[in-house]
Amino acid sequence: MNNEFAIVWAHKDRLLFGLANTVGLVVIATALSLVVGALMATALASQSRAVRRPAQWLVDGMRCVPFLLLAYIVYYGLPTVGIRLNNWTAGLTALVIYHSSYIGEILRGAWSNLPRGYIDAAHAVGFHGQVLYRRIILPPIVYAAVPVLGNQVIQIIKDTAFLMIIAVPELTHAASSIQATYYVPFAAFVAAVALYWILCRGVEMVVGVIERRAEARR
Amino acid sequence: MTDRSDAIVAEESTDVSKQPVLEVVNLCKSFADHQVLDGVGVSVAKGKAVCILGPSGSGKSTLLRCVNWLEKPDHGSIFLSGQRVGVRPGGAIPMSASELAQIRARIGMVFQHFNLWPHLSVLGNIIEAPIHVKRRPRDEVIAEAEQLLDKVGLRDKRDAYPARLSGGQRQRVAIARALAMRPELLLFDEATSALDPELVGEVLAVMEDLAREGMTMVVVTHEMGFARDAADEIVFLDHGRVVETAQPEQFFDRPQTERARQFLQRFEREWRPK
Repeated sequence: MNNEFAIVWAHKDRLLFGLANTVGLVVIATALSLVVGALMATALASQSRAVRRPAQWLVDGMRCVPFLLLAYIVYYGLPTVGIRLNNWTAGLTALVIYHSSYIGEILRGAWSNLPRGYIDAAHAVGFHGQVLYRRIILPPIVYAAVPVLGNQVIQIIKDTAFLMIIAVPELTHAASSIQATYYVPFAAFVAAVALYWILCRGVEMVVGVIERRAEARR
Repeated sequence: MTDRSDAIVAEESTDVSKQPVLEVVNLCKSFADHQVLDGVGVSVAKGKAVCILGPSGSGKSTLLRCVNWLEKPDHGSIFLSGQRVGVRPGGAIPMSASELAQIRARIGMVFQHFNLWPHLSVLGNIIEAPIHVKRRPRDEVIAEAEQLLDKVGLRDKRDAYPARLSGGQRQRVAIARALAMRPELLLFDEATSALDPELVGEVLAVMEDLAREGMTMVVVTHEMGFARDAADEIVFLDHGRVVETAQPEQFFDRPQTERARQFLQRFEREWRPK
């Protein structure tokens, strides 16, 4: 077994390359999902049924679709309707569609708990429209949702592993190719798990820092 | 009351200098089948402080919330310095969201529960609207905000967050936030009702200063001492109607209606000099 780990250690550059790609995917997918999710929340909270309904369908739909299948559809299925994305773009697109739906729903929930008085006060000084949302509504609902959003980022980290099946060279892909070449499944996958674990701990620490900041602002 | 208001509306086009800052005419508002306001008329001249008194549920807060269209009245009209609030000239088409926002920016409001924005510091709360609604330069707005903090005695809390402040401090910040917009009219909706008794004085002191400096104010309150000492006029509301409009001395010493007498008896101990 020591021998197995020695082989993995000898190819640590491949694992670290995969890790770097995973981190890149997570950072980009999180940033885009937050932006799209914030827009989605406005649709979910809209007064107009014509806007609200499709957004609700999308969110409910995504909740019932396994991420792996969504990734398959975006990469292998969309070319049938003429949309051809490379594996990176397809992977990121799937991550953002999937997780922005969750984030939209998380923010809508926090919004519905936002005391009415903050918005009254904003209307009273002349805020309206998207400036009202961006300056007065969004910040407190993001602060309120920090712990749940942190969980969602961890979910994004884990879902990037599925992108191996569309040949995105991320961490699981790297571990899998090391084990396939040298037949060291135990060491290769345990090493990948350890790196995912470190990544998640990192996210939890960042969330902890933001959470302390958020506490003073509630 | 309604007649008098109508008379003033008729005058407004001929003599702008006498034009009231706020003119409420025949205001009606119902929630479900409960009529909260039933033909209310109020007129507030520039530099005057008008106190709205009345029992709980008499429609005082709803009246105030209709003035800046936080509640949409069913009938009647509201004029801010002669301009119709909520409805475009002509009186048929409702204002767009941005037109409404523009007219609301000219009316300050102080709420019972302060409603400071929790994610912004004290300074942040005060400068937010001047910068992002009025689009005034940041440096100028900050300098003015610091003067306002001096005025309400909270310079040292400049960078604190609302959650760390006492109720009295929060309300003084809320007053500074409203003043930072340089409003033509300031509305106080039971500004001291949510405060611990020992904190009421510090907020009333700021409100009294404003009245003395000639800020045009409409104050819904249960503080009879403030109404007697600081108001220029008392409007007594009951069951959604204006029952009495009078100078404070007359209202407190020689109320004209039975309902006002009953109301005052209940508050007697609070406002009579000890």
